[in-house]
Formats: sequence, C-alpha cells, structure tokens
Amino acid sequence: MKRQLLMLTAAVAIAQSAVAADLKPAVVFDMGGKFDKSFNQGVYEGVERFKKETGVKYREFEVTNPSQREQAIRKMAQRKANPVLAIGFAQATALEKVAKDFPDTKFSIIDAVVKLPNVQSIVFKEQEGSFLVGMLAAMKSETKAVSFVGGMDIPLIRRFNCGYAQGAKYAVKDVKVISNMTGSTPSAWNDPVKGGELARSQFDRGSDVVFAAAGGTGIGVYQAAKDAGKFAIGVDSNQNHIHPGTMLTSMVKAVDVAAFNTFNGVKEDSWKPGFNVLGLAEGGVDWAYDEHNKPLITAEMKAAVDQAKADIISGKIVVHDYMSDNKCPSL
Amino acid sequence: MLTNTTSEQGNTLPPAIDLRKINKSFGPVHANKDVDLVVAKGTIHGIIGENGAGKSTLMSILYGFYEADSGEILVNGKLSSIKSSKEAINAGIGMVHQHFMLIENFTVLENVMLGAELNGFLKESKLSARQELTRLSDEFGLAVDPDAITGELAVGLQQRVEILKALYRGAEILILDEPTGVLTPQEVKQLFDILNALRARGVSVMLITHKLQEILAITDEVTVMRAGTMVASRETAKTNKEELAELMVGRKVLLQVDKEAAQPKNVLLQANNLTLKDGSGVTRLDDVSLQVHAGEIVGIAGVSGNGQTELLDVLSGIMPVQQGSIDLNGTTIDKRNVLNAKDFRHLSLGHVAEDRHRQGMVTSFSARECAIMGFQDEPEFNGKILMDNAAVTKHCEALMEEFDVRPANPHLKAANFSGGNQQKLCIAREIERKPEVLLVGQPTRGVDIGAIEFIHQQIVQLRDAGSAVLVVSVELEEVMSLCDRIIVMFEGRIVGEMPASEADAQTLGLLMGNAGSDKDDNGQVNAKGES
Amino acid sequence: MSNKTLPAWIDIGVIPLINVCLAFIVSGFVILLIGENPIEAVQYIITGAFGYGEGVGYTLYYTTNFIFTGLAVSVAFHAGLFNIGGEGQAYIGGLGVGLMCMSLDSFMPWWALLPFAIAAGAAFGAAWAFIPAYLQAYRGSHIVITTIMFNFIASALMVYLLVNILIEPGNMAPQTRSIVESATLPSMQELFAALGMDIENSPLNISLFLALACCVLVWLLMWHTRLGYAIRMIGFNENAAVYSGINTKRVIVITMCISGGMSAMVGINEVMGAQERVLLDFVAGAGFTGIAVSLMGRNHPVGIVIASLLFGALYQGGAELSFEISTITRDLVVVIQGLVILFCGALSLMLKPTIEKLFVKLMSSNKPKENANV
Repeated sequence: MKRQLLMLTAAVAIAQSAVAADLKPAVVFDMGGKFDKSFNQGVYEGVERFKKETGVKYREFEVTNPSQREQAIRKMAQRKANPVLAIGFAQATALEKVAKDFPDTKFSIIDAVVKLPNVQSIVFKEQEGSFLVGMLAAMKSETKAVSFVGGMDIPLIRRFNCGYAQGAKYAVKDVKVISNMTGSTPSAWNDPVKGGELARSQFDRGSDVVFAAAGGTGIGVYQAAKDAGKFAIGVDSNQNHIHPGTMLTSMVKAVDVAAFNTFNGVKEDSWKPGFNVLGLAEGGVDWAYDEHNKPLITAEMKAAVDQAKADIISGKIVVHDYMSDNKCPSL
Repeated sequence: MLTNTTSEQGNTLPPAIDLRKINKSFGPVHANKDVDLVVAKGTIHGIIGENGAGKSTLMSILYGFYEADSGEILVNGKLSSIKSSKEAINAGIGMVHQHFMLIENFTVLENVMLGAELNGFLKESKLSARQELTRLSDEFGLAVDPDAITGELAVGLQQRVEILKALYRGAEILILDEPTGVLTPQEVKQLFDILNALRARGVSVMLITHKLQEILAITDEVTVMRAGTMVASRETAKTNKEELAELMVGRKVLLQVDKEAAQPKNVLLQANNLTLKDGSGVTRLDDVSLQVHAGEIVGIAGVSGNGQTELLDVLSGIMPVQQGSIDLNGTTIDKRNVLNAKDFRHLSLGHVAEDRHRQGMVTSFSARECAIMGFQDEPEFNGKILMDNAAVTKHCEALMEEFDVRPANPHLKAANFSGGNQQKLCIAREIERKPEVLLVGQPTRGVDIGAIEFIHQQIVQLRDAGSAVLVVSVELEEVMSLCDRIIVMFEGRIVGEMPASEADAQTLGLLMGNAGSDKDDNGQVNAKGES
Repeated sequence: MSNKTLPAWIDIGVIPLINVCLAFIVSGFVILLIGENPIEAVQYIITGAFGYGEGVGYTLYYTTNFIFTGLAVSVAFHAGLFNIGGEGQAYIGGLGVGLMCMSLDSFMPWWALLPFAIAAGAAFGAAWAFIPAYLQAYRGSHIVITTIMFNFIASALMVYLLVNILIEPGNMAPQTRSIVESATLPSMQELFAALGMDIENSPLNISLFLALACCVLVWLLMWHTRLGYAIRMIGFNENAAVYSGINTKRVIVITMCISGGMSAMVGINEVMGAQERVLLDFVAGAGFTGIAVSLMGRNHPVGIVIASLLFGALYQGGAELSFEISTITRDLVVVIQGLVILFCGALSLMLKPTIEKLFVKLMSSNKPKENANV
C-alpha cells in the first residue's frame, strides 16, 4: 500500500502536467478476440457499457499476431487516442515501448505491470477469489474430492488453480484436488467439448465439484456437471444463472468494471497512473452469491467463507500467489 | 440436304459415319485438317497412321471428347452435333479404349450396367441387364461369365466386356482404338472372330491401329492418315502392306531389319535363378536363368505383364535381387551385394526403359535434363558445387545431332517431343557410352515407322561393336526380325528358347499363351474363352 | 496431355492478376453486405500496406516471414512432398535461434552471433522436419499427417518450455528474457539512420536481406545442383529417379531437412529481429500462409517473392482496414485473405480454359489482319 501511494503521488504530478485532451478512448484486445467468452469479452462489455452510459465512442482493434500489439497501440497513440487500454499480460512489452514514446498519452493495461509514469497497471488477485470458491467447493463435496479445469496452460491460470487448491485445503484439510488444463494453444479457451470430457473424467476420479477457469471451454464443463448431477463453479463474470442448481457459485473477476473505470476515470479526471491491484479488499475479485445459488449454500458455508474473506482482507490469511515464485505449495 | 455420295455397294443406305471437312487445332498444332471420312454400314473400316497422325483426335471428336473447330458429322445420314460421350452413345456410337475403362473389382455385370442403370435401385437393373447380356452373348458369340470379377479375367475377356458395354448401350457403330496391343495372337484371332460376327449383324466397326497386318487381315476398307490429313482410302483387297506403309510414312520403308548373322562371344550378362516376389507376395519372377553373349541380341517375347518388366528392373538395379544372382561383366550382384541403378551403369550397363513415361524420362523436364538421367553425378556434368549446365546442354546437343532427334532444341520440354524422338533421345543417352551390356525394353513402343528403322539399326550397330543386348518386346514381329535368339516368358518363368532363325509366329504365340505342346493342360485352361 | 498454348506471360502474369481481382470483387460484395463502402476499404488496404513508411515496413516485415515459409514449402513441393509442418518447424527453429542468442548475446555483437543463430535455428527446424521425413521415407507414414501432428507437438512443447523453464522470472507472460540489445538484428530504421536517412519505425529488420539471399540459394539449389536435379526428378517421377540411380529415401529426408531449416529462418526475423525474445505463438500462421504463397508463386523463388509481397500487403493492409473501419473485424479480414487464397490457389486453373479460348480467338482474328496488311 505504501509503495502504491508513493507511486501515486509521483504520478499525479506528471498527470497534472499533461495537456488535457478531448476524451478519445481506445482499446486494444488481444489475440483471443473480443468475443472470447472470457477475459477480452469482459473488457468489451465494460467499454460497451461506458459507450452506452456516456455516449462517448471508442476506437478498438483486435490483434491477430504478436507484432500487431505494438503496431496497434502505437497507432492508437498516434491518432491521439486517450486513454489507450491494453488488454492482457502479453501486451506489456509492446505497451512499454509505446508509452515511452508518447509520454502525454494515458495508458492502462489489465493483467500486467508496466512501471512508467503514464501507465496505469491493473492486476487482479485471482488467487484470493479462487481461494474462497475453493473453500466452498471443499465444503460442498461429499466425496472429499474437488477438481479444476484450466484453459490454456499459462502462469495466470495456474494462479487460479493454486488459489483454489489452497482454499479447498484450508476448509477441508485432507480434500483431494484434481487439476487439468485443456490445452497449450489459444484454442484451449474455446473447446467446450474437451472441457466436458475433462470434467467427466474428473468425476470418474471422484470429484463432485468442478471449477472451470477456461473461457468458452467452461460451457462444456458446466454442461457435463449438470448432466452428471455434480456441481460447477463459474469464472470471470457471475455465471450462476447458467444452470441454477448446478452452479455452486462463480469466481467473479471484475474485468468489465476495471475497463469501465479506466475510461470513466479519464472522463472524470480521476485516472491515476501506477499500480491498481484489485483483490478482495478492492472488490476486484469476489465470490457470487445470488438467488440462483442461494439454496446450495448453507448458512455455515456462507459464514466460513465470509470469515475467510475478512481474514484475507485483514491480512490474517495470506494466499500464496503462484506467479510470485512459479510454485504452488498446495498442489 | 441429302447429298450423300452413294456407297460403293451401290445401295441407297446412307453411310454409318460421314465426316466432312473436320478441322481441329490445338494452338499452333493442326491435328485434323479438312478430314473427310465415309464408313459404310456393316463394314469394318481400318484407320492407320503413325503416332501423332491425328487418328486419336479424330475419334475423340467423333466420340464427343473434343469439339471440332469446323466441319460436319453425319451419323446414318443425319447431321449430328456430338458434344459429349453421352450424345455419342445416344447416336449409337460406342468406343473401346486402348486402356480399358473398367472397374476391376466390379463384376462383369456391374461394369456393363454402370452408368446405364434403370433407376436408383439396382435389383431391377441387374435383372434386366443380365437378360440383355445373355441375349448379346448368344447373338454375337461373346461369352463372358456375368458374375466374374472383372479384374481377374484375362485381358482378352476384359476387352469383350468393353465391347459388351458398348453393345448394351445400343451401339451400332463401334470404335476400337489399338485393340490388339495387349493381346496374344490367339486372343487377336478371337477378337477378329467377334468383329466378323458383329459385321455380319450390321454393326459398323472402325478399327484404329498401326499394325498393317491386322488391317489386311480383317478390314473391308482402309483409310490412311498422315500429319492430320487423309492421304488415301483403299479397298483392302486391292492394296498391300508395302503400299500402306509407304502411304503412312510418305516414303518406302524397310520392314525387315537388315543385319549380318550374329557372332556370339563370351558371356557378359548372366542371370542365375532369379526369383522375385512383389509387395503382396505374388511371384513375379520364377527361377529365371539366362545368358547374353557379347555380339548377340537376345529377345524376350511374351504378353506384357508376364515378368518382363520385373526382369528388366532387377537386371538394371532398379529392384534389389531377392533370390539368385546376376553376373554382370565380372561382378556378382546378389542379396549381399546390393547395387543401385547408378552402380549398374558404372559396370557398363545401359538400360532403355520399357516405359519411358514411367521410368526412362521425366516428361516435365527439358530434353537436356533428360539427356543426363543416370549420369547426373558424372564429373563431366558437375563443377565443385554447382552443375555445369553448359556442359549438360552441349551433351544434349551432341546426342540430338548424332541420333537425329527433332526438333534439336535441348531446352524444349520432353513432353513436347513426339514418341519417336523421345525414344531416340533415351536410346541415344544409353548407347552413347558404348555400354558392354544394353537392356532395351519395348524399343519401338509408340514410335512411328521411320524411327523404328533407325532405332533397330542403332541396336544392331552396338551388337556388331561387341556388346551384349537384351531386348524385351511385346511385338512378335520385332523380336523375330531384330533378335538373334528368342526367349519366351510366361507368368515369370522362361517357357521356351530358340534361335530366331527357327522361330515362327505360331510357335512363339502358343508359347506366349503357355499353350506349347509340352504344356497342353495349362494351355486349355488359358484358352478357355474360345468356346 | 492438355495442349499448353498460352505464352508464359499470360500463364504467370495475367491469370494470377485476374484471380486477385476476382477475389477482391467477391470481397467487395461481402463488404457491401455489411454496409461499408468497398472502394474505401480497398483504399485503406492499399494505403495501409504501401501508403506510408510504417505501413511499408510492416508489409515487408510480413513478407520476410512468408518468403522463408514459402521457400520452405516449395523446396519440399519440388520433391512431391506436401510440408504442412512449416508452422511447427518455424516455432522450434525460433527456439533454437533464441537459445543460441541467449547463451551468446552478452559476448558477441549481432553480426558475429548471426551465423550461429542461423545454424542453430536451421538445425532445430531441420531436426523437427527430420522425424516426419524419416517416417515418410522409410516407414511410409504420410508426411501430411505427420507434419500436421508435429505442429501440435511443437506448440505443446513450446508452451511447456515457456511456461515452466524458459520463462523470465517475475514476468506474467510466458516469454523468455529479451536478448541483449547489441545482439539483436538491426532494424531498418537503425540501418537507415546509420546511412543518414530517417524512416518510420517498424519491426522490419535486416532479415529481409537474408530472405532474398535464401531465394537465390534456393534457385541455385533447385536448378543448378545435382541435389536439386534429384529433388525435382523425385517430385515429377519417382520411378525415373530410381531408374537414374538416385537414393530417393535419402533425398526425401534431406529435402525435408532443408525445408524445415528454411522455415526456421522465421525465427531469425521474429526472435532475433522483431520480438527480440522467444514468446508464445510468434509464428502466427506464417507457416500455413507459406503453403498459399508457394502455390501462388508456382514454387519458384521469384513467384514466391511476389506472392509473399501480396500476402504481406494483405496482412498489413487488412490490419489497417480493421483499424480504420471498426465494423470490418479481423475475422472479415481473414475472409478476404481466404478469398485471395481460394481464387489464386484452389481455383487458380478455373479461368485457364476460358482465357485459353479467348487468347486463341484473339490470335486467330489478328492473324488474317496481319496477312492482309502484308
């Protein structure tokens, strides 16, 4: 927090010196595309909401190969777009180069950290949200086995997995956690058939609650859970409504809110460069509790999760971040 | 409209086919120039000509594969426009191609009705096709078992299936394109019997061939084509071989190879008990042993597909020796000493491949590239890293001049040469180094008469210079006139051997069909189509 | 045995041009259908690809990749082999380039490192092509199937390596550390700056010259060496090659290794030049585009350069198009690219008979006139 404050004060000074420009927001989606039923789509929904509410139009581009990241961000900056929102850790390198060349332009990046005075880095503590849904999964499980289906095997998804496993073991010490990744190419984000197969094989191995952090692949996972009479946990947005009675809860990652806030922040002049780490405390991640999953969550489950949430916020529980050392103690 | 010339018989029936001023060009090549052709009803009409004379183009126009640039086609006196083979069939024209258009794993019945089914369900079609087939068989003496698998039939019987196919579709005019190339003499005789039966029942037959003997044996009338034009029409009874050959080539030709008697010396090539099985375990060579001496030409006669191809492949190093051994010029090649085609060449062996399109040349290459096949690694064609293209071109030019290859353009694509010139180039390449052993497969396949003479001379010259030559040919006449000694192969075995001076077509033909006097049992089985 | 009557300039000049135009006309209808102005769209594509410095830079940068992969496909194609594995070979080749660069970059400047990087990349790419080639030549597994499968294996292997082993510690993205600045290939703007000229920034680097050099090398290999002679003979007629005493199995394996090594040069452009590190999916389809490039370029280096330029322009112009007109998404750009491939590749011979007829008619109607004049 302290470091964040320091950065803030430093950045504010620069931000104030920047020439105020017309609001011309722009967003550069990454290779998944804006309809990836996951992360990029969350951003898309956020910026669409901004457009609807404020009437301000935005520029957009979806990159199709690694070289286009820098090209697109640079082009946005050249066309005097402000702010420029870059999506995904893969764009960090490109953004860093461009941001140096355009010190007067405001840049935001989601899921990555770029340490420059005109860049706002928005990262989520997915491990914290995953911890909570992991607890719920373990408490709901009758077989004492829960499982995880990841999308593409990258560190970010392992962070979900690691938080989930920690939460499960925190709630029920000897619970078994089964993990599978859908694939190693970007198509793993959109392979519901394989997702369903993975889930079914996990059920065969004893799991009765499955958490999918796999974009569009998750749809297949949820369907398999419903067909097998097991429970599933959604991801990114609140997906509880998809199969009420099957969807135990969702690990909400408020990407859309972050995207909306970036544009809105510049509009209302509250945009600040520096770190913006969104965890449980900041409301960046959370577990979803609504009328769809109310019957599935007992009072004691809810009490335990709420307690843990408070403990994480207060620092009493420290959830290990996989990406800090590329290791997971609970797996 | 009816301006028909009255046919020679003097009756008023319009001719079956009347082609008037047919023209067809492929770019600069004028394949048919103002071609007129009249085929009277119920006759057998021969069309002869060298390769590339335009026979096939003309028949393709008649059968709807090509459309003529200009000219008229009258079928039975009616002006017809034939734009597809379907329209040709509807006009009553049937064609038997040189390469059969049969599906080998279908039964005879299925092949005959293929494409002429009554409706979507096969049961009715089969029933009526079977009745019709029986009727045709009886009427024309075309006995074939309708339930036999086509691919298992002898070649002669497969050809009958083709004829039946055409008749089943109501053909009254039958075109036969080089029908005898794949047949034994006995099968040829049977085919001619069938053609006679067809003629007797009013079917008109057009027989395309380059074999003069057949024309004289069966046709009523003969038309000669040369360089895209009709050069002459004759009543067969009033012409002879020499005249036709001269008309075809445009000059007098020697049909007999002019050579001295052979003076065989030491053995240069010897095969010892070669046995070869193909990928599916079928025996292709069965205990073949032979010797070729310096200064003699040994010919291998046989119907194609009886092991000659495999024998040449093994003797030239294309296929490895499986069993037995080869003694070539003092080196023994067997299972332990495997050599490839290049190594064989280094042992002074030349090999003119049986099928130049399959092995002997690459039709997409330029002539100069074809001219070094097998010698591509020789130092004279190579620099340190790059090939010496100038030397390659020069080599090709030299070959072209020496062997009169036309056009003498080393950069022209091989496919653009006529068959005869392609073959000359292949032979030039192999003979030029004066190999001590020369294997020649089908020396004159698809080669026009003028070139045949030249090729035969070259082979004899090489023999006289002291080389051993082994010739494989399906043309009996060629084997008998070119070779000094003749070996007959049947089903991978050597079934007979004799000096050429003692050979006659009848004996050889019987041996080729394995109906030689010492093997009459087998012979009966193989000649079963006769009944 | 079709009779080829068309002069070469129609065959390799006019017909492809008409095909490209047809593709654009059909694309125009698609663009009309979604309510945009096709003329405007074409303008964006052309100015985006060639209209200004940066655009040209990107166009040529893509072109560089396509030349490498196009040559790779063509080399294999001359031997009658359909190498679909360019993608994986380039990916693994890039790994070789990256490993070599990262182990030597602190000791050497780029010009000293380049030969090592080329050798390492080529060796890795060739090794990746060797296995399918061996299986094809000696075991009869079909090369199309095996190379496709090896693309997936390459992708999985690279994800594993980048996520678990090669990842730069503390980095979110699965990518290696960046190569030391002095060891990366000079970009064109640096090169031109040294010559006193100022050009716009782009990822284009001196790999373009390497690509053009490779064109010359492939041309020499194919038409001026014994190996090229053997390769082409196998492609046209394998029986004839055996007849000529060529060890076809060995030549097939060597050809595929050359093809794989050529694909791997994408790694020089991407890893050592543009991205300056190994990262996920850096090949981005160049291996597959190479197939279309080779088909369109008639497997000849000159044709491949021209086709690569066309595809480079389509990639860059297409990106520009979707940047300028937001309703034209990148998927629609892929549709346009697909149409070009369809018309120039799959349907390349569709118009040939018509044009042949037209040509013959034109010629025959011209001839009498000429005669009359004489």
